[in-house]
Amino acid sequence: MATDRKVSNWWTVWGLLILVWALFPLLWMVSLSFKDPDTFRSGEPTFFPKDWVWDNYRTVFTDSLFTSALRNSVGIALIATLLAVIVAMFAAYAIARMDFPGKKFLLGMALAIAMFPQAALVGPLFNMWRNLGIYDTWLGLIIPYLTFALPLSIWTMSAFFRQIPWEMEQAAQVDGATAWQAFRRVIVPLAAPGVFTTAILTFFFCWNEFLLAISLTSTDRARTVPAALSFFTGASQFESPITYIMAASVVVTIPVVILVLLFQRRIMAGLTAGAVKG
Amino acid sequence: MAAIEMRNIVKRYGDGFQAVDNVSLDIADGEFIILVGPSGCGKSTLLRMIVGLEDITSGDMIIGGTRVNKKAPRDRNLAMVFQNYALYPHLTVFENIAFPLRLKKTPDAEVTEQVNRAAELLQLTEHLDRRPAHLSGGQRQRVAMGRAIVRQADAFLFDEPLSNLDAKLRGQMRTEISRMQRRLGTTTVYVTHDQTEAMTLGDRIAVLRKGVLQQVGSARQLYEEPANLFVAGFIGSPPMNFVPGRFRGGEIETPFGTVSASSERLRKVGDRELVIIGLRPEHFEDSSLVPAEKRPHGQIFTAEVDVTEWLGHELYAYVPYEAPPEVTQQLEELERELDSEQMRTQLVVALDAGSRIRSGSKAQLWFDPERMHVFDAATGENLTRDPDRVFEQDEPVSS
Repeated sequence: MATDRKVSNWWTVWGLLILVWALFPLLWMVSLSFKDPDTFRSGEPTFFPKDWVWDNYRTVFTDSLFTSALRNSVGIALIATLLAVIVAMFAAYAIARMDFPGKKFLLGMALAIAMFPQAALVGPLFNMWRNLGIYDTWLGLIIPYLTFALPLSIWTMSAFFRQIPWEMEQAAQVDGATAWQAFRRVIVPLAAPGVFTTAILTFFFCWNEFLLAISLTSTDRARTVPAALSFFTGASQFESPITYIMAASVVVTIPVVILVLLFQRRIMAGLTAGAVKG
Repeated sequence: MAAIEMRNIVKRYGDGFQAVDNVSLDIADGEFIILVGPSGCGKSTLLRMIVGLEDITSGDMIIGGTRVNKKAPRDRNLAMVFQNYALYPHLTVFENIAFPLRLKKTPDAEVTEQVNRAAELLQLTEHLDRRPAHLSGGQRQRVAMGRAIVRQADAFLFDEPLSNLDAKLRGQMRTEISRMQRRLGTTTVYVTHDQTEAMTLGDRIAVLRKGVLQQVGSARQLYEEPANLFVAGFIGSPPMNFVPGRFRGGEIETPFGTVSASSERLRKVGDRELVIIGLRPEHFEDSSLVPAEKRPHGQIFTAEVDVTEWLGHELYAYVPYEAPPEVTQQLEELERELDSEQMRTQLVVALDAGSRIRSGSKAQLWFDPERMHVFDAATGENLTRDPDRVFEQDEPVSS
């Protein structure tokens, strides 16, 4: 017993170490965001601020650069996620359940797109978007986001669909359901954990994306938060914008954290438990 | 309610595998029929063709007078209970049972009434708000049956519904299914590989082997007058004993002595070089326990008893014997098909529990040659079968 306890103590120590390692940048970010922008570099540096001030947040939220970026981010990420989930749901269902020529090819292509380096696409996209007139618009960002989010979404969702026993659908069909009714009333509810997982992953991808966001936008019209952060300046050129940037970062991190905490259970819950013998 | 007629039904898969081969079967309105056979014999495929989950390669499937080959499952108005129940895990028991009604857009009041009635019939009333995950195996099974009942379907189809339950529950559910079927009087097709279920449940049994229908009849007909070696070996436990024999000049040579083949039943066989003789274990008896007046009807022989097993109500004795290679091969093939673990070159005899025969001793055994079945050694056909034999017990009691 003594050795067991020793071992488990070591695990705790390890766990704490890793936790500190992972959380340190986050804590540093939060701590900076509460420091006084004028004085945070003067005097003796401390990890936690001497005086906790909300000034940075106030400034950030009055800055139209940030508020419009926040609006763009929320809008673009939500629309892209919604579209990606809907398209991926049908595609994944077809891949999981039906046999059609070129299925392997389609899956292979999807994977190839996921592997494709985004940086190589930025130049051509920039030119194309300008010619098409969708440069610096929401649509101009939603389209490439969909392209890069779909392969992963299709792969994850088709894995979820495959786990649902065939009998579920057959039972529904025998019970009098059309293919669409069986899909909507049985398959989709059962795949809900998969749909949520996919939606969250896609949302994070769109929310955090920087490269395309900064290359395909030029004004407040479509610039998202990650891109906007790089344009932050202090009140004067002698003032560092660091504390503002940190405050803005904290603000954009919060939705991500909330989403994970909210849907963690949902993702984990094996909704299919008890469907069949087991 | 509807009768189901199958005419020359064939199922061939894309890779050329023929799962069901030219099956014709008439199921009367309200009849309870069992499809039975070892795994891979095509019984489930046939059931799925009735319900419409499997395409029919050729032949006609006629339900209630209409050809349904091209109809989608939802247009056939049949109810099916799947092997793994296929309950909807995201719905409560109530909604699971109500599902078919909801699809038909039945008014709420009627749904509640019908579901409650089905739940009462199946003793599920107190579980209606629970989800399938929180139910026991037997309860899940009943929910699946509830879903079938509320449909008021033309026929019920069961695909090995009890194979996931433990032995005790299986017995209970078997009686429950039987009771339900009698009460509702709905045409029922029931697929199983378990011969106890087959013998006890249905009005008639259809035995399938490699997609070919072997014999259709009541449990008694199949047991007493099997059409061939396969049916004879499949029905009955412990299975029928098969020994080689030779017909010569009105006499049959068996490994246990020569017996007279003078009776009308055995005379039909004629002279044959090699046959397979089938004798059920319970048709043997310890000769010392056979009443004196019965003894002359039978044949007594001396056997080396290898092992005995006393089961309380009877005693099994195992008697090894040598068989010629032609017969051994045929029997080995049969054994493979039936998935039986029985060693075929030994005789299993079921004796009276009071017998004093012990392992490793010599014993005097008695059997009645009239109970013998004689099978063709090459084709396996039963040469002594009387296909028209009627069993009074099968006739419905007139009231």
